[in-house]
Amino acid sequence: MDNTPSQATPILRLEHVFKRFGGLTAVNDVSVDIYPGEVIGLVGDNGAGKSTLIKMISGVYRPDGGRIYLGEEEITLSSPMEARNLGIETIYQDLALCENLDATVNIFLGKEPLRRMLGIFNQVDRPHMLEESHKVLDRLDIKIPDLSKPIRQMSGGQRQAVAIARALYWNARLVIMDEPTAALGVPEQRKVHELVHTLKDNNVPVIIISHNLQDVFATADRIVVMRRGSKVGDLLAQDTSGDELVSLMVGVD
Amino acid sequence: MGAMWAWLFLFALIVVFSIIGKGFLSLTNFQNILANMSILAILAFGQTFVIIAAGIDLSTGWVMGMVSVVSAIVMTSLPEGLPLWLVVLSGSLVGILVAIMAGMVNGLLIARLNVPPFIATMGMFGIARGVGFLLSNGMPIPISISGLGRLGNGYLFYHHPEFGWSFLNQPAGLERAQMRQLLGVIPFVLIVMIVLLLIAHIMLSRTKFGLRTYAVGGNKEATLRAGIPVVSQLTRVYVVSAVFAGFAGIVYNLRFTNGAANAGEALQLDSIAAVVIGGASLFGGAGTVGGAMIGALIISVLENGLVIMAINPFWKYIAVGTVIIIAVLIDQARERMVIG
Repeated sequence: MDNTPSQATPILRLEHVFKRFGGLTAVNDVSVDIYPGEVIGLVGDNGAGKSTLIKMISGVYRPDGGRIYLGEEEITLSSPMEARNLGIETIYQDLALCENLDATVNIFLGKEPLRRMLGIFNQVDRPHMLEESHKVLDRLDIKIPDLSKPIRQMSGGQRQAVAIARALYWNARLVIMDEPTAALGVPEQRKVHELVHTLKDNNVPVIIISHNLQDVFATADRIVVMRRGSKVGDLLAQDTSGDELVSLMVGVD
Repeated sequence: MGAMWAWLFLFALIVVFSIIGKGFLSLTNFQNILANMSILAILAFGQTFVIIAAGIDLSTGWVMGMVSVVSAIVMTSLPEGLPLWLVVLSGSLVGILVAIMAGMVNGLLIARLNVPPFIATMGMFGIARGVGFLLSNGMPIPISISGLGRLGNGYLFYHHPEFGWSFLNQPAGLERAQMRQLLGVIPFVLIVMIVLLLIAHIMLSRTKFGLRTYAVGGNKEATLRAGIPVVSQLTRVYVVSAVFAGFAGIVYNLRFTNGAANAGEALQLDSIAAVVIGGASLFGGAGTVGGAMIGALIISVLENGLVIMAINPFWKYIAVGTVIIIAVLIDQARERMVIG
């Protein structure tokens, strides 16, 4: 693994970002660089500002100060859709899938490929969707035996996989995962960790927000610690320990 | 899943009525059942879209009546001597236009102004009813245009023991006594219903519109986050429902050669029941028009069978009401099983 990412251009660069809600400074002068193929664990206690920080990257909030660069370009995001169009995909805790529909449809929802039928109407091109779904799932090394099964009948890990496949299919440049293992059993958590590694192998950087330090140590290359809106730590995962992270999070020196 | 039970239930009904009911098992009677169910089925096709999108349309029966009245007025006020097809086409076009307006109002109230579907369509129920009765002065409007009734009551083929087969037209020069032996095969209204069934089926299962209807009904929030314009999608769903109600009103006019504001009064509950019996979930996200057609068929068989067995036909209402409640209970149990 490349331990000197500073030679590459960061995919995402936050420079002195601020966000205030009334008198409260939710995010205070935070700067982070994220490099291709890097997995960042974002940790902190409740109210530390990690969600607010993420929402500024995914287009939900606008920062009150500072700059955000995607690649070389400075960006200002006014909606989550705009962030998606730029290749910033967020996988929410509740996954936002249509449980009554199958994996294939969920991957293509909103951007369904069409084929002209009999010159009369445009038909959703299911064979193409199925083929592409197989491709992207193979790339992620995910085995879903029956793609025509509704999401409802899938395990939590498979659902997570579908959400990730959707993000990857639309050529995500950066994937944000919000508490990806919150509702999963241990074997499923392991599968999600593998998926994060696969994204990394595809050179897509991932930001993982998690309360679960095991999650973070299993996946992250670098761990960013936040406390009361400020960044209080930026450590290589291999050089730190759970104890050190906890003391940074709660502020015991 | 739900549709499979419906098939079994339909089969059981037919077997029971065939054994017990004298005269139930005959081509003529089956064709009667099919012709009688057509209008109900067309209403149910539109309702299917709405129920899949996790809504409900209580106004379809009265929108059907309003369209029936409007198109009857147009057909009767055209100058005499125009070709039949032109008369029917003009009446239909104006009627469908009125239906689209009603559907737009429903859709905008529900999708844009967040009025619960139950309330918005109940409002339209009242409005369409009032407009229908006002325009017709509370009386059915007879449409005495020659050939019109034959469109609504004719058959594709006719067979007579002496004259043999004929296509579209009854054999010429039949005596009154010979008329009794004449057998019609495949009613026109059934063909209209099948064409509309195919259109609705393709819309739902093959098009982007259909796919997104299921998506909105399954998880509105996820559909929105996927970048789909949910407001316009939902609005169009209610327009589709109203347009099918409009078709039902036009078929009613052809079949009964009059326009009536209360044409669909008795069919409102049945149309929802047909969709639910056919396996659609009132929680949204599931259902097919094929299922709705079987649902309509079950209701029609029940109605017919009870009459043939000389059982008071009012039992049908109780049966349909019970079936709706049972279907929803099963639906809820399924939902709990998935969550639990």
